[in-house]
Amino acid sequence: MAVPRAATSEEAIAFSGALALISAVLIATVGGIFAFAGLDEVIRIHGALIAVSAIAAAIYIMANPRKGGEEEQKTYFDGPVKVATLAAVFWGVVGFLVGDVIAWQLAFPVLNFDLPWTNFGRLRPLHTSAVVFAFGGNVLIATSLYVVQRTSRARLAGYWSSWFVVWGYQLFIVLAATGYVLGSTQSREYAEPEWYVDIWLTLVWVAYLLVFLGTLWKRKEPHIYVANWFYLAFIVTIALLHIVNNLAIPVSVIGAKSYSLFSGVQDAMTQWWYGHNAVGFFLTAGFLGIMYYFIPKRVERPVYSYRLSIIHFWSLIFLYIWAGPHHLHYTALPDWAQTLGMTFSIMLWMPSWGGMINGLMTLSGAWDRLRTDPVVRFLVVSVAFYGMSTFEGPLMSIKAVNSLSHYTDWTIGHVHSGALGWVGMVSFGAIYCLVPWLWKREGLYSLRLVEWHFWIANIGIVLYISSMWVSGVMQGLMWRAYDSMGFLTYSFIETVEAMHWPYIIRAVGGLLFVIGSLIMAWNVWKTIQGVKPVDIADQPRVAAAPELRAGLAAQPAA
Amino acid sequence: MKFNHGFFEKNSMVLLIGILVVVSIGGLVEIAPLFFLKSTIEKVQGMRPYAPLELAGRDIYIREGCYGCHSQMIRSLRDEVERYGHYSLAAESMYDHPFQWGSKRTGPDLARVGGKYSDQWHVDHFTAPREVVPGTVMPGYPFFANRTLDVDSIRKHMEALKLAGVPYTDEMIENAKTDLVAQTQPDAREARALLERYPKAQVRKFDGKPEGPVTEMDAMIAYLQMLGTLVDFTKFDAAGPNLR
Repeated sequence: MAVPRAATSEEAIAFSGALALISAVLIATVGGIFAFAGLDEVIRIHGALIAVSAIAAAIYIMANPRKGGEEEQKTYFDGPVKVATLAAVFWGVVGFLVGDVIAWQLAFPVLNFDLPWTNFGRLRPLHTSAVVFAFGGNVLIATSLYVVQRTSRARLAGYWSSWFVVWGYQLFIVLAATGYVLGSTQSREYAEPEWYVDIWLTLVWVAYLLVFLGTLWKRKEPHIYVANWFYLAFIVTIALLHIVNNLAIPVSVIGAKSYSLFSGVQDAMTQWWYGHNAVGFFLTAGFLGIMYYFIPKRVERPVYSYRLSIIHFWSLIFLYIWAGPHHLHYTALPDWAQTLGMTFSIMLWMPSWGGMINGLMTLSGAWDRLRTDPVVRFLVVSVAFYGMSTFEGPLMSIKAVNSLSHYTDWTIGHVHSGALGWVGMVSFGAIYCLVPWLWKREGLYSLRLVEWHFWIANIGIVLYISSMWVSGVMQGLMWRAYDSMGFLTYSFIETVEAMHWPYIIRAVGGLLFVIGSLIMAWNVWKTIQGVKPVDIADQPRVAAAPELRAGLAAQPAA
Repeated sequence: MKFNHGFFEKNSMVLLIGILVVVSIGGLVEIAPLFFLKSTIEKVQGMRPYAPLELAGRDIYIREGCYGCHSQMIRSLRDEVERYGHYSLAAESMYDHPFQWGSKRTGPDLARVGGKYSDQWHVDHFTAPREVVPGTVMPGYPFFANRTLDVDSIRKHMEALKLAGVPYTDEMIENAKTDLVAQTQPDAREARALLERYPKAQVRKFDGKPEGPVTEMDAMIAYLQMLGTLVDFTKFDAAGPNLR
């Protein structure tokens, strides 16, 4: 610790400031061109948004030069982590709310209002992108940038580039969301944003990879911690998937519309190679990084098995990438591809449960925490949901099962047991850990509110997935029901009418999940305000920021 | 020699390259052959690129997110074939940039919806779905009727698609705008030229307002009415050389 820290040289700081400023001006120029010369309403609005954001960034860069100096390197760089954490809470509430609105639309279609901007078709991608990319993405950015610093004992690499990652990502979200409402979409599920928004995300993502890798290069620990393997696999693979799946020919370089480079069967295979691995690498690998850091930290126990984590990691990332064709069973995709997809999806069960076991068994010797600390309960129940949906997934990938489940709400239920149960719950757990740690508080404002959040969200999830099982299996069976004369028993509309009550129950479940997230937002807000925790005596030692605990505080290595 | 995982854990670039190699294999094996194996797409008669008005309708279909609730892919299962018609062939979506197979049937499959309902049914159904089908949960799209279609930009759209591999001829692109309008004017001379370029194209004023301009309603219904009508299944031999 006695070794003096090397401060970043003044030249380097001046150079990076100038580079940031030039980039902002260039981006503002492109935005200006879109805004004034754009061929359609969407690209003009987006151009204006891009230009205004870039100008605001340029003003900020000029008004707040990087200070540098020796003091800077003594601390972790948590500004961008804080912004991403708050963004995750905000977009989470928005995304869940939009999801619940469209759930009510399916129960009561009058709620569509029959306006272009409020119809289900445009709000559905708004919901999926808001929860996957806006909520999940910000959780991943926040936790990965937090974890990589602590486990490397190094300050984040880059200054303006880290800010660019976080704010550039928010701009991507705003462009995507406004685009959907205005009718701009590529119609590729979970990859709906148009070509120029995709290019913007690519720039942000490359910066993200460099910041992450750069921090690893600065590390003072010889080994790269297991959570970082998963984060790295997530960042790299998402880049690969994003670029290949979004290859498109724009109608004009100043127009929003583009056409996919591929067509038909090849396009479908590429899209579901992407689509399933958005699940595999965004919603699984990245969040497993969270599991591997936050569970051991919160329960103060080492990861159960080092060897299992190695097997878990390599087998998971190798097998996941093959699973895409199970979205295309009995379609015009060649049989050999369907069979490959099914085979690998079934094999995927093993690494998934290996990972689950590694996460759960980390509690060995600390199972009492499950009873005393609701934050641990969030983290552990999320892993249990992970185990459940990664069992259900391989089951549904079997062609015979899939012939029943595909095109029905069973798929929707399955996705949500993973999304609400695994991704949502593990994120809430991580956010409840992070907020007092980042804002240097002695604990959360209220652990009791965490308890409320936990149970309300859990009941919501149970209502959601069980109603979707009923509705999905029922509809699948009705579609294939024959009467004694050998005719199809039900017309399509009869199967729609049968789903009315399950849709209402699902929407109520979703509402409970939204209420839970509002309780979290309130709790986070009060914690950040610095209000004295109401139940500090009940909170575990680890609820407090590391600096406020007895013993060594985490700090970048000298 | 004992394998030591520490090599990956201590070298970030080795780890990075290891990840890239491991995640590339599955995609390469599953996707690349689809571009080379001739058996992937069957030989059929009747497929052609979308006529301009149909293409404009397809763009609206995408814009409104119809794929979120409607599939265009009939699986090779008995009940589906009886409910919707012949199972979908890969050839039927070979000019679809992007594909619209969908993943969820909140509403019915639309791969062969063409000709199933009258134009007027579609107009009424888009305007107020529950007036036509009381139990439906589909949103209404009354605004299709009032929106004049942007006919000037269609040529650029077809040029982009040509670049992506759709076999639009120079003649088709040259006449894009004329063809688009002609598809709503059955008495016009241009309609015959359109039919030569796009066999089986249906020519009429789809929105039921013969005097009005070309609307989004026209484009949308023109697209729906042609879905699944191109391939001649009397000439398609499923047991022939197409067997996969």
